[in-house]
Amino acid sequence: MTLPDLGPLWLTIRLAALTMVILLIIGTPVAWWLATTRSRIRFAVEAITALPLVLPPTVLGFYLLVVLSPKSPIGSAWVDLTGQTITFSFTGLVIASVLYSTPFTVQPLQAAFETIGRGPLEAAATLRSSPIDAFFSVIAPMAARGFLTASVLTFAHTIGEFGVVLMVGGNIPGQTKVISIAIYEHVETLNYANAHILSAVLLIFSFLVLLFVYVMNRRFPVHAG
Amino acid sequence: MTEIAFDVRIAFGEFDLQIDHRMPLEGVVGLFGPSGGGKSTLLRILSGLERNAHGQIRFGSEVWQDDTRGIFVPPHKRGVGYVFQDVRLFPHLTVSGNLRYADKRSRRTDSAIDIEDVVAALDLAPLMSRRPQSLSGGERQRVAIGRTLLTRPRLLLMDEPLAALDIKRKAEILQYIERLPQAFRIPIIYVTHSIDEVARLAEHMLVLADGRKVAYGPVTEVLERLDLQPIAGRFEAGVVLIARVTTHDLTYRLTHLDHHGKEILMPMADIAIGSDVRLRIRARDVALATKLPESISIRNVLSGTVAEIAEESNTAFAETLVDIGGAKIRARVTRSAISALALTPGKSVFVLFKSIAFDRRAIGHRGAGLVDGADTDASV
Repeated sequence: MTLPDLGPLWLTIRLAALTMVILLIIGTPVAWWLATTRSRIRFAVEAITALPLVLPPTVLGFYLLVVLSPKSPIGSAWVDLTGQTITFSFTGLVIASVLYSTPFTVQPLQAAFETIGRGPLEAAATLRSSPIDAFFSVIAPMAARGFLTASVLTFAHTIGEFGVVLMVGGNIPGQTKVISIAIYEHVETLNYANAHILSAVLLIFSFLVLLFVYVMNRRFPVHAG
Repeated sequence: MTEIAFDVRIAFGEFDLQIDHRMPLEGVVGLFGPSGGGKSTLLRILSGLERNAHGQIRFGSEVWQDDTRGIFVPPHKRGVGYVFQDVRLFPHLTVSGNLRYADKRSRRTDSAIDIEDVVAALDLAPLMSRRPQSLSGGERQRVAIGRTLLTRPRLLLMDEPLAALDIKRKAEILQYIERLPQAFRIPIIYVTHSIDEVARLAEHMLVLADGRKVAYGPVTEVLERLDLQPIAGRFEAGVVLIARVTTHDLTYRLTHLDHHGKEILMPMADIAIGSDVRLRIRARDVALATKLPESISIRNVLSGTVAEIAEESNTAFAETLVDIGGAKIRARVTRSAISALALTPGKSVFVLFKSIAFDRRAIGHRGAGLVDGADTDASV
């Protein structure tokens, strides 16, 4: 028995790691804003960030395909700039994954920030700490559990992505052929042995990730409250 | 001496606050009034934590807020220390970490306060490596006060720092708070709804009720006002007298005090002769007589004249104010007594209060006579 090509596995991990990093950078301020604002548009923003939880991945994929295709303004500008299309490229996958996994970053962070409340931030302000300083010196360490949960869930959710990838990425080895697509292809070509191996890898990996989150959640000191 | 002047407004739902006031900042100013009267809200506005407040705030020559000129100095740039009722120590840092958090961010300010002084003044040394979660309520509040001092503030705001503590811990923390103005030379605005705390700590008091300023002045004068009684609470109402220690009577374990030529006795306390003592005398502990009583166990009998009587309709009681020369004493007696003794303003009366009626916890010390330095053995 020959081992299946592990390229899709590494590609998937790269995609998930990149998505996680980008979402932590974008999602943290969004979650902070949602947790602290009294603005009425927060409800609209909350609904939008939660959309990927309820939409079939094909719907999100379809709209992305329309918006990012070389015939669209964004897509054609990208082609002029880089000579490549966004759709059916690794870049396109990253954009799709970021959108698709948004709730998995924003919601745990928002919950963590809401639990902490305004108290510690006000205390920091009266200790001569600017808002940015206070965020990194007080809020972030107090929300450590929220950041851990958000990171792991985002990473794991991106790994399990299938529909959106199929819609905007297709099946290009080394570019867009992630592990879930590879498994699908093995099954389609009746190569059950390889499908078994990749599926088992994904199953064990996902189990270990979730086990890690639950163990850490129990061990991590709860600071809020 | 720095002056603070403010004309501020804020409204949330049913509650609105509107206060226009200016006062010099020296020692402790008690911000007093019933719960929900706007004390904490005013404190938050002064510190800059209530961004929705309107109006002007000036501290010395600095403008902290002026809506007409679009000025709002954020809290972290006001140099104001804030001790919160709910403490708010950072749980991810040790006690030492919490103190250093403040210290690190205020090093460049011009202040003589250093971390060793603060640790010593509040006895924090044994707590330094502990986490806030493992401290008792009283220990936490001490650390919070220390952390606030290490921001090297120009004004210290304290929002009911004793509210969450039991009586024993309250007394313990009060001793520390009492020494702050002298030890660190920072003016304090101290929020409380306890007359005992105001009487013990503050020189001046600002009284708030329903979001409005009701009175301001020296504590001794404000507490004499009968019209403020519903705010002060009937049970706790009373006055503060300032008297000087003359002798200690070791036989009967009594301390003799002089109040404008009249003698007052109290159970012996460890206070140096010649120093001033604040006495809080509750209206409910005072009785009145029209003749000098004989054969009576009450030791303190002072002559005076009735200055004011406020009968409380629909109750059995009346509040009276008696001028004893140099100060006034409040007495809570029954309306039937007023009528039986034919008490009217101007009438001469004797004021009686048991010397044991003094609340020892409420005895504050001013001037040179600190408890620690007193020497009662050499005093008779």
